[in-house]
Parts: sequence; structure tokens; C-alpha cells
Amino acid sequence: MAQVLPAERDLRRVIGDGDAVPDGEVDGLTEQDLLELYRSLVLLRTYDERSVVYHRQGRIGTYAIFWNHEAMQAGSVYALEDEDWIFPSYRESAIALLRGMPASVILQWWRGHPSGWWNPADYNVAAICVPIATHVPHAAGLAWGKKLRGESAVAIAYFGDGATSEGAFHEGANFAAVTGAPLVLFCNNNQWAISTPITAQTRAKALVDKAVGYGIPGIRVDGGDVLAVYEATREAVARARTGGGPTMIEAVTYRAAPHATADDPSAYIDLARVEEETRNECVGRYERYLERLGIAVDPQIKVKAQETMRRGIAEAEAEPPADMSLVFDHAHVEPLPSFESELRELRGG
Amino acid sequence: MAELTLLEAINDCFHVELGRDPDVMILGEDVGRAGGVFRATAGLRDRFGPDRCFDTPLAEAGIMGAAVGLCMAGWRPVCEMQYDAFSYPSLDQLITHVGRYRWRTGGKMRFPITVRMPYGGGVRAPELHDDSPEAYYVHTPGVKVAIPSTPADAKGLLAAAIRSDDPVVLFEPKLHYRTMRGEVPEGEHVVELGKARLAREGTDVSLIAYGSMVLLCEQVADELAGECSCEVLDVRTLKPLDEDALLATAAKTGRVVVVQEAPRTAGYGAELVAVLAEKAMLDLRGPVLRVTGYDVPYPYWQIEDAYMPSVQRVANAARKLLEY
Repeated sequence: MAQVLPAERDLRRVIGDGDAVPDGEVDGLTEQDLLELYRSLVLLRTYDERSVVYHRQGRIGTYAIFWNHEAMQAGSVYALEDEDWIFPSYRESAIALLRGMPASVILQWWRGHPSGWWNPADYNVAAICVPIATHVPHAAGLAWGKKLRGESAVAIAYFGDGATSEGAFHEGANFAAVTGAPLVLFCNNNQWAISTPITAQTRAKALVDKAVGYGIPGIRVDGGDVLAVYEATREAVARARTGGGPTMIEAVTYRAAPHATADDPSAYIDLARVEEETRNECVGRYERYLERLGIAVDPQIKVKAQETMRRGIAEAEAEPPADMSLVFDHAHVEPLPSFESELRELRGG
Repeated sequence: MAELTLLEAINDCFHVELGRDPDVMILGEDVGRAGGVFRATAGLRDRFGPDRCFDTPLAEAGIMGAAVGLCMAGWRPVCEMQYDAFSYPSLDQLITHVGRYRWRTGGKMRFPITVRMPYGGGVRAPELHDDSPEAYYVHTPGVKVAIPSTPADAKGLLAAAIRSDDPVVLFEPKLHYRTMRGEVPEGEHVVELGKARLAREGTDVSLIAYGSMVLLCEQVADELAGECSCEVLDVRTLKPLDEDALLATAAKTGRVVVVQEAPRTAGYGAELVAVLAEKAMLDLRGPVLRVTGYDVPYPYWQIEDAYMPSVQRVANAARKLLEY
């Protein structure tokens, strides 16, 4: 069983501020690793910024923005092995890019086209969870099921601060703890659930304190610090893989962008704080860290990310319209007898 | 063939299916050490180990949600909901994920989940141990639903559900768990989903039911034996419905009474009536009548008999049709 550790209150940090807070480093990370992390950050940032543009151009539908959440996603995924499973919420819609999924697939999902379907087993990335926290029990079940089979895979479930108010979060976390499932519960606490601030979501001083109630360790980390996120996740993954059960990570950041393209946060958010967060956003912070280390970044990284998106949207838009039979196909392995006549009627037969 | 109670038939099925397929596992509240509050899973933990007959935390949505992940890891989970009305928290998972997940992987991933629960009233139980919630489940896309009425079908439909690559929800008539005995084939026994059962042949009136109401309809057939000949159709699988069997009996007798224990409005009986209205109108000699529970909370047990469809109410409906 997992050792019960008091949840950490202080935010773990590795990246300094170039001034009073000194830079740290993560054991075992080479310059190549550091550049790989940078590539992931740039890819996610580019995906997100381009998606907002595509939405404005009417090329994708409503889109949940993850600007300034890239460090949490890139840092944590880098701590995983390919065999490990990722359970994203809609805020992590593009996380499978880090597993090699073509951008066009994710764009098609946001375009509401069935070619946005994927087989989770191809990437070990589950379907994007749209309701809040209901995928946490899935991740617990997968991790537990892998453990029962004697496999070494670990699962990570991403969810927001608001999700910790949901019953599904509780049931999933408790299930994972009781079964000793190798699971990382990754909370991206951006302090807002659409317009509801964290103070209206919980009376807990820190969300990670909830870990204590499940008898599992908790780690609190600066969500804008890709290296701190990586290190915390690496620790949680190692514990999970060696039979230590689940860990809850609370990565703290601040939502500097609207919840989604359909949202206007000016009615409720602290604009001065947004400005401060924007100045200190996670990709720039990491660029300045690399600069202080004297590590040069290849400008081609950004160019390639832009190309990936150009190709992705072009491929998505080149996809022929989906056949209406897909309304019925795949709903069951053994289709309902009614489907045949219903499809015939739909086709005007 | 062995003579078994409905509960023994379910237990027998588990012994066969867990022995046959090492990927099948049971999870639920009190299913392991206690063997289930009704003992449907008795002996399985000892025989197959605590991981394959797993006592979960008390969390119905967690059970259903974990089952989704277990499928992704290659298991065939069988979830027990302890009682009908305790299953409602798990509807969130069923509706938002279990019924959709295969579709949104483009058919690439399968979710062979079986959910089973005791359902229905008449057992003098406390509140919320008596519901007939089948309509909520039938209405959920991507999910199949079956309700056995005999020990042999309890075994055969459960085996079919476990072997199905689609999610299947089974409701077991707890009223007859221990009171009904019947011949049950030994060893592997599968009753194909989507096939109704002609429980009794007749020529004048068709009584159509499922679960615990089938026996009631057979009692009505006996009661009316001197007046008319009743056919009793056991629907068995609510989704997919065996339309051929439904239309055949309607064509044969021209008089149909649909019986359901669940509340009346938008119950499964209404679906049967709608199919008959669409496809059997010219065969019918009168309106299709429904005998159902009422649109009220299931009452406390001292007055529950007033809620349950009775031999008298069903017989009266049949007589009304004969006089139409």
C-alpha cells in the first residue's frame, strides 16, 4: 500500500525568475531532453494559437483553449513511457500530438467530423472526456486492470480544479487508492471553472490536500514550470510503476485565456492578474531558462510546428464529407435490426 | 438437466463463464466475501480468487466507470448493482460513456460490459429496493437490455451478455429469485439476445410481458382458461426487440394486453404498443391495452400490492378486449 505522506503545500519549482529565485535543474535530464521538452511546448502552443485562429475563420467549431497550460501537458507526458495511458479532458485535447497523432485527427474532432475518431490503443490515449471528471474512474479501471494482468503500464488522468468537486473524481481516486492502481491524478488547477473561482469551488486550502483523504501522496507544483511538472510526474510514475499506487499532483497556474472560444472572461476575471500571467506564460519562461543555460534553440522548431498545423488543417479540410451511415456504424458490434431500414429511409429509399 | 432456482441458475452461469474465459471478472458491492446480498456470486471468490470476484468500494458510478477502463485493459467486466434503485448513480457513466465509447472510437475498441441487478417489487423490502427502471436503460443508445423470467433464461441470457462484445444490462426478477424453480441445462447454455419466448400458446388474447410479469400473465391464462385461450409472450430481450415474435402473436390473436410493473408513462410497454400501432393495426380487433404500475413513487410495502399489476387487473383487461 502507498505510504501516506502529508500533502505538500509549497509549489515545487525548478525554473527561477532570472532574479531573486535561482534556477534549479532536474537530475538526469540532458540537453537533448531539454530541447525535446521545448519542442513539445512549441507544438502545443502552436496548435492552440492556430486553433483559435481556425475557429475565428470558421474552420473548426467551438474550441477549448489551453494557452498557458502547455507546461503541465508537455512536462507530465515527457515523464511517461509509450506503454503508459493518457486520459485527457477537453483541456488536453491536443495532448496526443505528443504521441504522434496527426494534427488533422484532433482538428477533425473539433470540426465535428467522424474522422476525428481514433483507436485509443493506437496511441494509448483515451478519447477526450467532455463531461467533467467522469474519465477519472476509467483511468483508475485501466490502471487497475493492467496491474491485474501483471503489466507495467501506468495511467495518468488530467482534470481541472472544478473537477475535484465532482463525485466521479472522488469515486475514481478512491477506487485507484483502494486497488493500488498505478495512476497519476493530474489536476491542472488554473483557478477557474469557466466563471467560478477556486474559492467558490472548495474550502480546502490546497486541492492536493484531498490526497490525504484517499491515503495517497500528493505533490503541489508550479504548473507554469515545465521542469517542475516533469520531475513531479516522474516521481509519481516511478511510485506507481513499482507498486506504490496512485499519486495526486496539483499543478497550479492561472487561466490567462478564455475557457473556450465561446467565452468572454472580461465579465468575471481579474484582468490585471491575467496580464501578469500572460507576461509570465510558460513557454516564454522556459525559453528564458534555456537562454540563461546557454542552450540555443533551433528556430526551425517553431517553423516545423507551424508546418504541422498547416498540413493538419489542410488534411482535415481535404477529408470528404462523412457518409451518413456513420450515424449507425459502430454504435454496436452487433447492430440493432432497425438500423438497416432506418438507413435506407435516410437515403430516401 | 438440473432443477435450479433462478438464483442458482445465475450462480451456475458464473461458474461456467468464469471457468471458460479467464478475462471475465465480476465487480460489485459485497459480491466477493459475502457472495452478493442475494448470494448470486457465492463461491466464486473462493474458486477464482478475489481479483475475479472483486469487492468494490461502495460507489456505483465508480464500478461502472472502472469497468470502462477494465475493458480498455482487456477485461470483460460484469458489474453487479446491488439493487435496482441503487443503480441510478451509475447511469451517468452508462449514458455518457458506456453507450458511446465504441462509436467514438470508430468501432475500433469494444466495451464488453455486463451490468446486472435485481429489480422489481413484491418482496416486502424497504424503500428503494423495488424499482423497475428498465426504461431508462432501454432508452440509452449503445446499450442492450434483457430481462429473464425463468431460471434457464437467467442462465442463458447472462451467458449471452457476458459473451457479447456490446454492453448489456440485465434485470433479474428478485421476486422469483428463490421461489421459482425450473430445469436448467448443465454446462454452457446461451440464449441468444433479441429472441422472444412463447411462454404459452393460445388463440384469443396475447398477454405480452417480461421478467416477473410473465408468471403473472401465465396465472391470468389459467384464470381465464374457461373463458378464452391466452397466448403469453415473454419479450426476454427489450433491446433489440424481437419484432417478428411480437407481430406474430398480434396477428394470431388480434387482441393484445401489454403488462409491465414499471410506472405507466413512457414505460417499455408504450414502446411495444407503438410498434403494434405502426405495424399491426390491420391485425388488431381492438385497442392495445396496458396494465402497468402507476405514475407514483413505489409505495411502502404494506400497500405495495395495490401498486403491482394483479391477476385481476390483467384478466379484466383481457375480458374488455374480448367484449370489444
